[in-house]
Amino acid sequence: MSLGGAWYLGLAAVVFSIGALGLLVRRNVLVMFMCVELMLNAANLTFVTFSRMLNDIGGQALVFFTLVVAAAEVVVGLGIVVAIFRRRRNATADDFHIMRG
Amino acid sequence: MVSPLLATTSSVDALTFAIAAVVVLSGAVGVVVARNPVHSALMLVMTLFGVAVLFVEQQANFLAAVQVIVYAGAIVVLFLFVIMFLGVDREESLEKEPLRAQRPLAGGLIVLGLAGLLLMGFGAHWSVGAKSIAGPSRNQPGGDVSALGKSVFTTYLFAFEITSALLVIAVVGAVVLARRPGGALGGSDRDADEPDTSGDGVTSGDGVTSGDADTPGDTAETEGVSP
Repeated sequence: MSLGGAWYLGLAAVVFSIGALGLLVRRNVLVMFMCVELMLNAANLTFVTFSRMLNDIGGQALVFFTLVVAAAEVVVGLGIVVAIFRRRRNATADDFHIMRG
Repeated sequence: MVSPLLATTSSVDALTFAIAAVVVLSGAVGVVVARNPVHSALMLVMTLFGVAVLFVEQQANFLAAVQVIVYAGAIVVLFLFVIMFLGVDREESLEKEPLRAQRPLAGGLIVLGLAGLLLMGFGAHWSVGAKSIAGPSRNQPGGDVSALGKSVFTTYLFAFEITSALLVIAVVGAVVLARRPGGALGGSDRDADEPDTSGDGVTSGDGVTSGDADTPGDTAETEGVSP
């Protein structure tokens, strides 16, 4: 029996909060994406912890799908960053207002 | 399990968790406070390795391997590639903040949310509810790889197949986004099938090489295009 699951859940909550804070305060779009990855990882850790605590493999399967979604999100997001950087020579969130229709 | 915090635990597990938690938290803080995006990416790798260790400690061996391979091996490399490609790997000053109230407001909001989450988690006992009766069990002969594979290809088969559609859509979207605005991928075919981006003549005119000719004047020119 390994450590109690509440430790993992608390750690995941703290990591999620750090990621959300970074998403709110940083301006560089790439760093904001990394903060989104932090939040996704915290959610993955929560899923694995619940999978262990409730003895259900579904949590781990969901982490598997989350990985796929994270990869797709990063690919499309970085594509948007590159496309905008080509016009604006900058990668801060303030430049993304050109995306408005 | 009497209490979630005081479950029977060996000191090795506790020590492993403590070290991994320190690695994860310092990496997460490093991602946020690093001025250089490259340093942020490297800190993210540190966090991902720590999370992989925590996965191993919870007997999710396959996910730990996938975490290292996919996240640290593919996603972070993609981040670093884009950072290098765009040339934004220089220090940025974190002191300059256009919106003055943003940081205190964000900090207060996050602290409030975290406190509420932790209080809710440790006050109630929803986090240690009954064992699952619906899903496939985690303890199957063959370990977590066998159990995960079996459940992904039986219970979650539809979601797994939908995943392939998602990946195809992402690839197509990335290709569409990476096209030059006025022409084809290589820049040799300039038939301009999108006549509304006429302001990008300078951008697409410099061909295959990266658009070094983008001057601030060009930027001002393209700004007028967006309706």
